[in-house]
Amino acid sequence: MKKLVLIVSVAAVLSACGSAVKLDNVPVEDKSGQAVSANGAAGNAGDGSGVAKSNVTSVALDKNAQDPALSAALKTVYFDYDSFVIRAEFQPTLEAHAKYLKADKSRKVNIEGHTDERGGREYNLALGQKRAEAVRKALQVQGVADSQMEAISYGKEKPAVLGNSESALEKNRRAEFSYR
Amino acid sequence: MKNFLMLCVSGLMALQAQAQFRVEVSGVGMTQIPIAISAFRGDEQAPQKIAAIVQADLERSGQFKGIDAVSGLDESSRPDLSGTRQRGADALVAGSVTRLADGRFDVRFRLWDTVRNQDLGGQSHAVLAGDLRLAAHRIADFVYERMTGDKGVFSTRISYVTKAGNSYNLWVADADGENAQSALSSPEPIISPSWAPNGNQLAYVSFEARKPVVYVHDVATGRRRLVASFKGSNSAPTWSPDGRSIALTLSRDGGSQLYVMDANGGEPKRLMQSSAIDTEPVYTPDGRTIYFVSDRGGSPQIYRVPAAGGNAERVTFSGSYNISPALSPDGKWLAYVSRVNGAFKLHVMEIASGSVSAITETTADENPSFSPNSRLIIYATLLQGREALMTTTLDGRIKARLAGQSGDIREPDWGPVQK
Repeated sequence: MKKLVLIVSVAAVLSACGSAVKLDNVPVEDKSGQAVSANGAAGNAGDGSGVAKSNVTSVALDKNAQDPALSAALKTVYFDYDSFVIRAEFQPTLEAHAKYLKADKSRKVNIEGHTDERGGREYNLALGQKRAEAVRKALQVQGVADSQMEAISYGKEKPAVLGNSESALEKNRRAEFSYR
Repeated sequence: MKNFLMLCVSGLMALQAQAQFRVEVSGVGMTQIPIAISAFRGDEQAPQKIAAIVQADLERSGQFKGIDAVSGLDESSRPDLSGTRQRGADALVAGSVTRLADGRFDVRFRLWDTVRNQDLGGQSHAVLAGDLRLAAHRIADFVYERMTGDKGVFSTRISYVTKAGNSYNLWVADADGENAQSALSSPEPIISPSWAPNGNQLAYVSFEARKPVVYVHDVATGRRRLVASFKGSNSAPTWSPDGRSIALTLSRDGGSQLYVMDANGGEPKRLMQSSAIDTEPVYTPDGRTIYFVSDRGGSPQIYRVPAAGGNAERVTFSGSYNISPALSPDGKWLAYVSRVNGAFKLHVMEIASGSVSAITETTADENPSFSPNSRLIIYATLLQGREALMTTTLDGRIKARLAGQSGDIREPDWGPVQK
């Protein structure tokens, strides 16, 4: 369970880093550079929280460093209110993941849909699913095998940012790539 | 929120170490039965104050109003019924709690009708200390049934979920929210608990596998079974009235769609094909129809479809966001949450006439569920920024906030009357 908690906290840090980076200003060519610095930050944050480091976690971080598609800046696709349309600015994100998954057929990814906090839990679960499916279908169109992807939803249960300010709501309407 | 009266449950409350809860009454001219409940002899020494629990139950139902009772009575007294009547009470309850040699408690009571000057009977329960609250709920059921002719639901159970930090707990509690026992503790979210019609099992959605999957959990033994963990999301389980099937939402074929499967697991059968979101299924009490939520018309609305499949028919027409349908066990009422000017509000529809009322003053209502006698609805909402559980009468006039848990509390489901 400790491992799981650590992975979750690292994931949270990664997603926090991701949301802080202006995605449209990041040239696609700089992906690996972004990934290294993001992972370094995540590692420090992990130490700072005082959770014992496990071997499993350092392996995961090493993998991240090698995998451009796991860059924090490319972890998340954000959506407009009540929308399932992938905005043009996230095309490079999708392309990076598609390229990565096609190059290594052994990798599998969970595409996790999320919503903001407004409305019912089950209906939001279905809305988050719709976002995850939109991303899954976009990757499918780019040639990624269905067997490498699973679209699931957390609905409104796992907000990236707490609070109900408009900027918090914006950061919570998202789909995240979670590699296994 | 006009003329909201905040009533303390009784004079006895002041003597108690902890308050049960508050009952809010709005509106005037309600027909409530005034009842005097005398402090039980021995209440002071017992771990639970029986009279206060009985009175709180009866007041929460919306059909009774507590009146001050003279003290010093018990079930073998010959009370002054006309005097009690003159003080405004149509009924009187008195009783006693006695510790037995084996450590159990003998709880006895008697009910009198002061209008007809009649002894309406009494009972005795020999219970362990841990069952004293249950004994009090059974007394409240007895009084409720004798005085209203309706089935009491105070000794039923509810389920709900709490979130404290990153810890989620699924609870089974008495219908007043007290006496909660944890059925499941998880670092990942738990949503949508649903009682089996036999009252022995709960189906729910757990994210412990880092995706939503559906478990069926035996409440008495704690044993549980993974019944739906198909590719994609598995959610919104609900039981058929015969307890044999579970309807649920799966995304295994792409998109959230409704399926029906054997409650023991197995291959789900798709109920309908749509390109829209279909979710939150719930059976009518006769098992013939399933109400559900769909955005097939462009916004989430409530529809119904034959349980065997067929054409769906739209049920809600006003508003652009109607979700979380619940059907009363008598089949007459549909409760749901509707977004009105950005606020999420509990609504009740009389199914035969289609007439709808909004019955709350709160703005973040979620997840209604009917009591087994169709007289109350339990729902989750936000009060002062914190998640809370409330009960309300169907007309919205009597509301009570359930006590029991601190912190965020949500996803209530009211269990059946157990045989």
